[in-house]
Amino acid sequence: MVQPAPSRPASRRVALFVTCLVDLMRPRIGFAAIRALEAAGCEVVVPDGQTCCGQPALNSGDRDHAVAIAKRTIGILEGYDHVVIPSGSCAGTIRCHYPEILADDAHWLPRAQAVAERTWEIMAFLHEVCGWRPEDAHCKASATYHDSCSALRELGVKAQPRRLLKSVEGLSLTPLAGEESCCGFGGTFCVKYPAISNAIVGEKAAAIEATGAELLLAGDLGCLMNMAGKLHREGSKVRAFHAIELIAGMGDGPAIGEDA
Amino acid sequence: MSGFTARADAALADRLLKVAVERTAGTAEAKRAVAVHAFPDFEQARDRAAAIKDHVVANLGHYLTQFESSAIAAGAKVHWAQTADEACRIVVDICKAANAKTVARSKSMLGEEIGLPHALAEAGIGRVETDLAEHIIQLADERPSHIIWPAMHKTREQVSALFHAKHRQPHSEESIAAMAESARRELRSQMLGADVGISGANFLIADTGAICTVTNEGNAELSLVPPRVHIVTAGIEKIVPSMGHAIHMLRMLARSATGAALTQYTTFYAGPKRPGDRDGPEEMHIVLVDNGRTKMREEGLAEMLRCIRCGACMNHCVVFRQIGGHAYGGTYPGPMGAVLTPALDGLRASRDLPNACTLNGKCQEVCPVRIPLPTLLRGWREKSWREGLEPVTMRQGVGLWAWVAQRPRLYRLVTGMAVAGLRILGNRGWIARLPLGGGWTRYRDMPRPAGSTFMTQYRKEQRK
Repeated sequence: MVQPAPSRPASRRVALFVTCLVDLMRPRIGFAAIRALEAAGCEVVVPDGQTCCGQPALNSGDRDHAVAIAKRTIGILEGYDHVVIPSGSCAGTIRCHYPEILADDAHWLPRAQAVAERTWEIMAFLHEVCGWRPEDAHCKASATYHDSCSALRELGVKAQPRRLLKSVEGLSLTPLAGEESCCGFGGTFCVKYPAISNAIVGEKAAAIEATGAELLLAGDLGCLMNMAGKLHREGSKVRAFHAIELIAGMGDGPAIGEDA
Repeated sequence: MSGFTARADAALADRLLKVAVERTAGTAEAKRAVAVHAFPDFEQARDRAAAIKDHVVANLGHYLTQFESSAIAAGAKVHWAQTADEACRIVVDICKAANAKTVARSKSMLGEEIGLPHALAEAGIGRVETDLAEHIIQLADERPSHIIWPAMHKTREQVSALFHAKHRQPHSEESIAAMAESARRELRSQMLGADVGISGANFLIADTGAICTVTNEGNAELSLVPPRVHIVTAGIEKIVPSMGHAIHMLRMLARSATGAALTQYTTFYAGPKRPGDRDGPEEMHIVLVDNGRTKMREEGLAEMLRCIRCGACMNHCVVFRQIGGHAYGGTYPGPMGAVLTPALDGLRASRDLPNACTLNGKCQEVCPVRIPLPTLLRGWREKSWREGLEPVTMRQGVGLWAWVAQRPRLYRLVTGMAVAGLRILGNRGWIARLPLGGGWTRYRDMPRPAGSTFMTQYRKEQRK
């Protein structure tokens, strides 16, 4: 799905939904998101009470819980100009799936649609809505970029992160063979079918190694943890970051799995 | 361990399988990309293909009735089968009435779906599989592992060994051409001596009553024209209104399947031999098979009836590419099989299939008729959850997470504790063994979380 053109160019009040994985595993991504959004002229609010978008329930078939979580999340995210998320799969859940699972609810459907229309994956938002690019981000390194599936196929995120990364001074991007091929994470898939998931991420890790790049970048922490975890297990020296960290000028910090 | 998991593990351990699958699917993926790129407007063509199928599926009764009268007018006999057993019984009865000793069969997945090879064997009727890959499968006494390339799971080296063991005059030189020649020597006389030819149909043309087959070997023509009787078994969703529609679907089918503009042989059969014809069967029977299709239409799987069996979804599926087709355990593998098998064989026996998918959406992206496969797979997951078929650990785990996620204060407490717990397990940034997370750490490391959650750190900063 291609996200529509910006509707309100004036001062933007943006709700940041950090996602459960970023909250738990890598807060730096949330802070990088705030820094980039503020640099792009947004007023950033982190709404209280946010937890998880409900994707694990949705993708496990637990429709009732998915609906319950969707309703409370909609309630929390209403009333902002935009909702911005440093994850394509969580943004895709809110944008594409909330209206689907609330389609039969006359009260909730319009609310779900209203939030869905304003919900953005962060790099698409910075590029398309804000028309912003990083001005003083530096990172002297070679990197390769993996397209996370939900961002790519549900939200049409493809060129935006690459355009933003182009403005990071010193960074060179090497294309990844099979960059649009799933890394094998798949949320609960990776623990339900670990051997299959491992075979998929094993190939992905080999493709990443083959680029010779120093850094692996992507826009979803789930995929990144999967790929970085496999690379580390295999003894690779490739360091993994969420792309927004570099875009926000935080590429000099610890990579995933490096103690601060 | 479920049957699926055991089969998948065995497949993952089979390095030759990986080589074989990668050769064929990899080539298909590359060739399809070139063909789609060269097509004037493939996206628009996909829209049209989906619309044609949706229209037919919504008006199935109308087009089937039209097809029946057109086919009868062309001289064919039309039979209706509600179930797989009924379809097999009709075919066997026709064979018996024709006093058939052997049938030549042209590859048909519908035939596999209804268990026709087994039914013919039970009835004591000899069967010659005339498609090269089906011939390989028959020699090896196996089942197809892909809907386009039934013997995809075998390397050419394995096929060569099989021919040496089973052919009367096997090839003496190790080349693909010599192997094909060996199969030709073995098959041709058997094909021409068959009493009945049995095929499926890629399309049923409503206004002419013709059926269409596509092959790259010409084996359909050779096994359907010489015998006295031609029997077609086809799913009722194979119908298209007219030849023009069939041509559009053919353009989508060939490109999506192999990247070719058209198959080597595309043949339309309308009725048996007519007075004055030099050849052709004396009788043509068309068995229209439901086998759960009307039920699928009523029960939210109407979009699945768009499927034209091109195999693009499995060729592009990261899971299929790792485990091949047999691991799925049903007639149809890959994403389309994961949607169809629960409908055909029951969800209880196949609940793994809709789950063993990363929902990455690639299958939907390449489907020539835009079947929303991930949505349909999610639908099966929901049904499985509702019916209590999902494992208790998963139900409790997701249920507990969802319960906590609706109580933010408790959530902060739990996530704070989780971070603290995970940090204890970590060593220099990484966790190598995770209790309850063995599925993850058996194969990869888990990054150790930072000191505290984002929400904790953020609130702390806000208070400064």
